[in-house]
Amino acid sequence: MKRDLMEILACPLCKGDLTLEVFEEDEREIITGKLFCQACNETYPIEDGIPNMLPPDLRD
Amino acid sequence: MRESAQRPRQIQPSLDQIYPPGEDTHLLLRAAMEEVRPSDEVLEIGCGMGLISRGMAQQAKDLIATDINPHAASLVKGYGIKAIRADLFRGIKGSFDLVIFNPPYLPTFPDERLDGWLNLAFDGGESGRDTIVQFLRDLRPHLRPGGRALMLISSLTGVEKVIEEASGQGLASQELTSESHFFEKLIVLRLTVSKSIDC
Repeated sequence: MKRDLMEILACPLCKGDLTLEVFEEDEREIITGKLFCQACNETYPIEDGIPNMLPPDLRD
Repeated sequence: MRESAQRPRQIQPSLDQIYPPGEDTHLLLRAAMEEVRPSDEVLEIGCGMGLISRGMAQQAKDLIATDINPHAASLVKGYGIKAIRADLFRGIKGSFDLVIFNPPYLPTFPDERLDGWLNLAFDGGESGRDTIVQFLRDLRPHLRPGGRALMLISSLTGVEKVIEEASGQGLASQELTSESHFFEKLIVLRLTVSKSIDC
């Protein structure tokens, strides 16, 4: 995902803002990383450039 | 294909786990292509194989596609489309000029459910409206001033009840186009914020 996608991502539980941590990034986009909601103490992974905004109970 | 498609992927999209484009998809695609303006920032919810998103991405200023299904999100990402795994508007903030949604609209009883991710593309609950109602409840704040949403429904979904639910959420419905098939009529609804609620 490109960094500007952060503008439209929110915690699916509380709609609050997320903190981005990047593990791997190329010249175009973030490949792997995680999004963290401090209020809910919940993490949402970014894998293959795709943020997974599903609440934990819907992920699998 | 862009370079990211060549990178080893954690999820290999499996096509038999994604809702294949059908008559509903093509009807919504035609309506969406007529509706979209070059200045539109578009959100497609439940993109499936991405037929509509791929069409819209060439016409709109920006397009983001979501799906709850990891196979669908991975497939459209491989087409160079901005993809998010999300359940309707959960996890999405901000507003859009155009929202496109081909929901699971078939009345489905527990013994009719399919296995796996595919079920989420069909199963509208016993009324056929479970997912649609949730979408309508969350839609309004995600529409910009002058924003529109196009949603496909079927005569099996209960058109009047969908319009009534939309109206209760401050949304006006307009039947844009429809197409009759042997056991149902497919309808594209255009939803906009009702002016009466704003007063």
